[in-house]
Amino acid sequence: MKRDAVIGIVLFALFALVPLGGEAYWLRLATIMLMYGVLAMSWNFIGGMAGYPSFATAAFFGLGAYTGAVAQKFGLHMGVAWLLAGLLAIVFAGLLGWALLRLRGHYFAIASLVVAEVLRELVNSATDLTGGGMGLNLPLPAMSSVDAQARFFYYAMLALAALTFAAMLAASYSRLGFGLRCIQQNESAADMLGVNTTLFKVAAFMLSAVFVGMAGAVYASWVHYIEPPDVFDVLYSVKAIVMVLLGGAGSIFGPLVGAVLFLSLEELVWREFLELHTGVLGLLIVLLVLFLPKGLLSLSQRFARQKRPA
Amino acid sequence: MSAPLLELGGVTRRFGGLKAVSNVTLAVPQGEVIGLIGPNGAGKTTLVNVITGVHPASEGTIRFAGEDITRLKPWQGARRGIARTFQIVQPFPEMTVLENVAAAAMFAGGRSYGREAEREAREHLDFVGLGGVADQRASALTLAMRKRLEFAKGLAMRPRLLLLDEVNAGLNATEVDQALALIRAISARGVTILIIEHLMKVVLSLCSRIVVLHHGELIAEGTPESIVKDPRVVQAYLGRRYAEAAGAARG
Repeated sequence: MKRDAVIGIVLFALFALVPLGGEAYWLRLATIMLMYGVLAMSWNFIGGMAGYPSFATAAFFGLGAYTGAVAQKFGLHMGVAWLLAGLLAIVFAGLLGWALLRLRGHYFAIASLVVAEVLRELVNSATDLTGGGMGLNLPLPAMSSVDAQARFFYYAMLALAALTFAAMLAASYSRLGFGLRCIQQNESAADMLGVNTTLFKVAAFMLSAVFVGMAGAVYASWVHYIEPPDVFDVLYSVKAIVMVLLGGAGSIFGPLVGAVLFLSLEELVWREFLELHTGVLGLLIVLLVLFLPKGLLSLSQRFARQKRPA
Repeated sequence: MSAPLLELGGVTRRFGGLKAVSNVTLAVPQGEVIGLIGPNGAGKTTLVNVITGVHPASEGTIRFAGEDITRLKPWQGARRGIARTFQIVQPFPEMTVLENVAAAAMFAGGRSYGREAEREAREHLDFVGLGGVADQRASALTLAMRKRLEFAKGLAMRPRLLLLDEVNAGLNATEVDQALALIRAISARGVTILIIEHLMKVVLSLCSRIVVLHHGELIAEGTPESIVKDPRVVQAYLGRRYAEAAGAARG
């Protein structure tokens, strides 16, 4: 655990240096990358550790974005609005998990997929509160320059990512993480060994929601304007899963590695193949998952095994 | 005699219209080894599932150490001291042997995460003779070793009652003898055991009492000697005509 924590601290310290480079394009990209990192690490709680394929990321993201936006509309301080978004997401996930986590496998996946759609329709129809389909404008933060704003939101996202990482590290080296790994490998056997499976799964689901909700709120403040199809986009759910699978499910650094890899691919492919970028990206992902089913990080283990004398 | 550790009162379990277990009343005294036998499909494993809460009883009550546990979930029973091994062994394949047993020590045995659970797990692994493979993956073990792993997991749960579901199925003669010695050693620690078994050699040499299930009903109960002579049992296993012929020959 110590080793992982040290690597994590060094990693995030390096990230903190990015704004010194100065270029707006890279800073924007790095902010998105950290946001993707938060989504991927969060999904790792429920999808990687517990093995439950949740598609609810988009629901938590949108819920957080709208909670933050509406709270700011009513004059709450931006920081308070972000915390409120996390709080609402975790409570929502707790209630939702209690109902949904009785389902296993595909059934759970499909049920979680529908949640974002339902929330989007609700937000669409609650026009008074959310502006409905017209979207919602957020107050501009009182900051001197556009550059200062960009740096501020970069550091906000960095802090959130570091927090998510710390939570994941703590969970993974604890009774909770151990119990989740038992559930992932054989839920009936875990139950028989005294693991309160429902409680553990709901806890994992709540952890997978809280940071995503906050990321949604930070995102909303960052871009100043949100609308339902943007923040309840099912692609957030899909991307989180793809990133974790690319990096290595259930591992500590897998989600982060996956986020970096995915964003690089997305950006490169988008620049080179403007017309068919989604198609090329999809093909690359299929190839990666096909040949590296346990993620990129499994490569290092494979090398380590080969080096060891037989 | 003290109150029995496990008491089943009129326990029935239905699956749709089928009664897999029908009106079973049974008492398992503290410290004894009870054998549960019956032809294939008699409902033996279902009865274990009902006791542990995997498939809760449709009717009747189950009491464990004086407490009504009929409606408890498996993990709640596990924390009260009910451990079971599976007919088809169920380790956590990607974890090491040590982690498998540590999980049992932690979640059912009440040990804290980390060193304490691992130290206890090592003791149990040494006891069942798996100390040498503690750091291997559970999926790398042979069948006989996996069965031993089930024993170690069961022990790490600090059980008062151990339900053994065909722990000897698929083992060769030597391995069966080793398993027998292990079960005796566990029983000597004061653990009450309910064992489902097809091998009569095992049942006869271990059990103080045997109960026989057939079509979900309890058809006979008694000492090993009386059970093998019981015409209802012979009939259940070998058919009515054989039982009549055997009875005539004896009579």
